[in-house]
Amino acid sequence: MIVEGPVIKFGDKIDTDIIIPARYLKYTDPQYLAQHAMEPLDPEFYKKASKGVIIVAGKVFGMGSSREQAAIALKAAGVKAIIAESFARIFYRNAINNGLPVITLPNATKEINEGVIVKINVETGEVFVGDKVLKGKGITGMALEILKAGGIMEYLKSIQRVN
Amino acid sequence: MLIYQYFKNLMMSPKTLTEKILSRAAGKDVSPGDVIEAKVDIVAFHDLTGYHVIEVMEKAEMLKVFDKNKIVIAFDHLAPPPDVRSAEIQGYIRKFVRSQGIPNFYDINYGILHEVLIEQYANPGQVILAADSHTTTSGAVGAFAQGMGASDIAAAVITGKTWLVVPQPFKVILEGKPAKWITGKDVALKLLGDFKADYFNGMSIEVFVKDPLSFPMDYRATVSNMGIEMNADALMFIPDQETKRYIKEMRGYEPEIITPDNNAKYVDEYTIQLDKLEPLVAAPHSVDNVKVVSELEGTPVDQVYIGSCTNGRLSDFEIAAKIMKGERVKSRCIAIPASYKMFKEALEKGYIQTLVDAGCIVTYGTCGPCLGGHFGIAGPGENIVSTSSRNFKGRMGSNDAKVYLSGPAVAAISAIEGKITDPRVI
Repeated sequence: MIVEGPVIKFGDKIDTDIIIPARYLKYTDPQYLAQHAMEPLDPEFYKKASKGVIIVAGKVFGMGSSREQAAIALKAAGVKAIIAESFARIFYRNAINNGLPVITLPNATKEINEGVIVKINVETGEVFVGDKVLKGKGITGMALEILKAGGIMEYLKSIQRVN
Repeated sequence: MLIYQYFKNLMMSPKTLTEKILSRAAGKDVSPGDVIEAKVDIVAFHDLTGYHVIEVMEKAEMLKVFDKNKIVIAFDHLAPPPDVRSAEIQGYIRKFVRSQGIPNFYDINYGILHEVLIEQYANPGQVILAADSHTTTSGAVGAFAQGMGASDIAAAVITGKTWLVVPQPFKVILEGKPAKWITGKDVALKLLGDFKADYFNGMSIEVFVKDPLSFPMDYRATVSNMGIEMNADALMFIPDQETKRYIKEMRGYEPEIITPDNNAKYVDEYTIQLDKLEPLVAAPHSVDNVKVVSELEGTPVDQVYIGSCTNGRLSDFEIAAKIMKGERVKSRCIAIPASYKMFKEALEKGYIQTLVDAGCIVTYGTCGPCLGGHFGIAGPGENIVSTSSRNFKGRMGSNDAKVYLSGPAVAAISAIEGKITDPRVI
């Protein structure tokens, strides 16, 4: 699975109240949520992301609440993948469950500049920037099976069909 | 056979609480780093995430529950409903409760989900999942409890199982008796200030209390609650006599206790001297931007919130009432006991009367302004002192509000003085 796009950068500890404020959680419609993605930091984010972008961020991206709308909002806004130095556990699972690839890459914010085009191999975790190849941690094992199935519910259905 | 068993036991390495609980849940011996399928003892959700869980199940055409007696539902985020959509969400969940015959359902007149779980359901050694990040709260009684998103919870509601990575265990030791005005919040903030919010990512924190009765369940619940702010997978107190006392008092039975083996291996350990702690505050906009209260003294305060799943228990209102007795607040003050039980007890002990006389607005059993939902949303430019768990930008309302997190003593005295104040002046 290969994903490619221009980079929008964020710092450390991007929390779920930044990604999608709680006042928007009464709905799950992706298009509605997309318009408010990252609103407290950048109300224009969804316009910038609409052509398809890759987020590069620092530590514990997605920390805070369990709101699955955080992953839904980013994906619907046009985020094709997220490369972060580390992820908060709940957000990581929510992203996988919603088909949003997440790559862990130490020093990501130092190695990758705003605006450059990066190419990611989601399974191996390799990130191609110009002529550099950065080695991140891709999606493997159970998480990869769920991502490939299209989320945990689709995964459940697929094993029930097999059984 | 007996000899075989003897040698097998001898060979087995000593286990942490995390390994013991997850080995039982997985039906085999597990170690940190293992990806496992675990049986779940309780699955829970509240109104704001619950409708999403049910939507996911309906969309997948898998609207069924693995065991209706193991599902717990409580309305708290939208209780009582602040708008039509919130009322509609609650109506949708009530329909699910009726159609599935879920007995453990708490409508808007009871309390915050995590408080319901710890008062009535959570037991040592259980695996508890809920569609809310503060599920870590039940770690206070020694349950492996963690939050997950709507899809993961939907899968657990249907199958009674989940997948997870066994976390690396980290040991925290609490020594001595808490200094004056020091409670669980100061321990949580001490860990956040010293280690920062990303350090415990992928770890479970196991807390050993040297003198169990010196650090009561209310304090433990606050620390476990904020385990998620440390990004820990779980934050569990090793069950001890205080765990037994609490569960006996709340439910009338003594729970079975599970503890780690002696010499179990931890990635590291850290000791906190409770008698040396000072009242701490997390300054805007990050839970790990921790300062001693004296560094912030004099900061004007527009509104104070005492409550939430972090600090909405009896001891929190006891402390607030002690400080507010005979005084009058200079800042707006909102006080919300986390459940009917906590409210009723605070009422009987006169704490509510004291708070109301001091000018506080009081209700019970709602998350209230913690997540900027209702009941006191922060306005632009305002400074808020809150006993809740998060001070992220925009969390309690306006993006231009500033939230300072503290324990109940700092919150109460700051409301009286109208500015951030060190309670040790009293």
